[in-house]
Amino acid sequence: MEFLKVDDVYHTYFTKKSAVTALSNITLDVAEGEFVSFLGPSGCGKTTLLSIIAGLITPTSGTAQLEGKKVGTIDNEIGYMLQQDYLFPWKTIEENILLGLKISHNLKKDKIDYARNLLEQIGLKNVDSLFPKQLSGGMRQRVALVRTLATEPKLLMLDEPFSALDYQTKLNLEDLVSNTLKAFNKTAILVTHDIGEAIAMSDRVFLFSPSPGHIHKTFHIPKELRELTPFQARNHESYSTIFQTIWKELESIEPEEQY
Amino acid sequence: MNPKNNTELLHKEYLRSLNREKIWVRFYQILIFIFVFAGWEIASKLRWIDPLIFSSPSKVWALFIDKIQDGSLLFDLSFTLSETILGFILGTILGTLLAALLWWSPMLSKILDPYLVVLNSMPKVALGPILIVALGPSFTSIVAMGTIISVIITTIVVYTSFRELDPNYIKVLQTFGGTRYQIFKEAILPSSFPVIISTLKVNVGLSWVGVIVGEFLVASKGLGYMIIYGFQVFNFTLVMLSLLVIAVLATIMYQLVELLEKKLIKNN
Ligand SMILES: Nc1ncnc2c1ncn2[C@@H]1O[C@H](COP(=O)(O)OP(=O)(O)O)[C@@H](O)[C@H]1O
Ligand SMILES: [Mg+2]
Repeated sequence: MEFLKVDDVYHTYFTKKSAVTALSNITLDVAEGEFVSFLGPSGCGKTTLLSIIAGLITPTSGTAQLEGKKVGTIDNEIGYMLQQDYLFPWKTIEENILLGLKISHNLKKDKIDYARNLLEQIGLKNVDSLFPKQLSGGMRQRVALVRTLATEPKLLMLDEPFSALDYQTKLNLEDLVSNTLKAFNKTAILVTHDIGEAIAMSDRVFLFSPSPGHIHKTFHIPKELRELTPFQARNHESYSTIFQTIWKELESIEPEEQY
Repeated sequence: MNPKNNTELLHKEYLRSLNREKIWVRFYQILIFIFVFAGWEIASKLRWIDPLIFSSPSKVWALFIDKIQDGSLLFDLSFTLSETILGFILGTILGTLLAALLWWSPMLSKILDPYLVVLNSMPKVALGPILIVALGPSFTSIVAMGTIISVIITTIVVYTSFRELDPNYIKVLQTFGGTRYQIFKEAILPSSFPVIISTLKVNVGLSWVGVIVGEFLVASKGLGYMIIYGFQVFNFTLVMLSLLVIAVLATIMYQLVELLEKKLIKNN
């Protein structure tokens, strides 16, 4: 049985003016412990698909199942990290990382210790009583990661988590997130429009194309890259080969783009 | 001179200039105060203005001492102050509750929308006579005036702020399985504290208007009554005294709200 199974999902948004079909014919599986990426230009339904997998919206048709059960039926199975950190500005860092536990009435000693440890492991010491705006963008995104991991979700979804950061911070965080997730053997889905990031971090890349959003092609990342950290992978010789392949596919999706 | 010393010196110089500015601002504030009251006193003494109508600071002061000693000022003052504070608190709380209700039920908010618009554009003090007929010429109807004048605008402003929260904060809570109540408690309400505080500040002024008008209409005691009575018997010293007392009390209330603001909004 697959860990995550998305079967024949269609989704249409209805508004007063129009009906936009954001997703059509999405079928995919993700194995436990696997890291996959959704790559594609904006507007091809990646965020919509994550919302469906998170159980936040019900697809117009089709199903998403986690370990054989419909998503959204059990709490804390999925962690979702957004493009910006969305730390609550009026809460301290500590209150922010414990938010998930508080919401699910799980503020127990061992869980709290787990969250605090996570914060230290990720390189943030003595920030518990600070407010989010006292931290830099990269630090805030790390806090957001801790907040997401604190509830020990089975599946982690990251929606363009590094796109608002500067390049160096982004490279550092890629390694950090990748190592952290590997250490906890988490299954993860990363949404990105950065080909390099998708290759460096994942085991498999789903390339999406727009109108309506569907899976254009799936790429398997070669074993030698999967074993490396994202930073090392970017310097490996097979990296540029697969980069070229995906780049060409991506070009073929948006041929009308003018430069 | 080494650069570190230099920065320190410059910083000291900067602080000194800030301090100097503060002293000058205070100086001019006090100057205006003295100028207005001294001018008033002199103009009245020299009969540039009619002392019967405009009274004078010395007469107001004498009346103030008189009324403190016979306890009548404290009596009127506490009457009006309790009406105002009650009206102010009720207006803010009811307004916020109503806003929460509208947020809770989008359907209700759609239904009530035109009524809110009408009620908001209505001059609330014009409802005074109706309130008095309905509730009787009493403490209750004056408090109702103080409340009604602020409740609708509070509802509208706070509800707008509830809806302005970035939906991604709600999404964060939903991914943790948050209920609607938890979303309200953890995100919607705290995100609106700054707005609620600023409506509090506006409501201080509004409640005073409501209560004073209410007292004009019905009361036989209170600061508003002092104004209307002084006007009728042509005792303008009484009117002036009442106005000055109201100014001081309203300012104190405003300062208390600012204190609350500092307490409530920690992340500033
Ligand atoms: N709440 C919504 N209402 C209406 N249309 C939406 C909504 N959310 C997204 N869409 C539309 O659905 C399509 C896919 O959006 P999205 O899933 O955000 O794509 P991506 O994350 O790949 O950029 C876009 O055309 C977008 O305009
Ligand atoms: Mg998106």
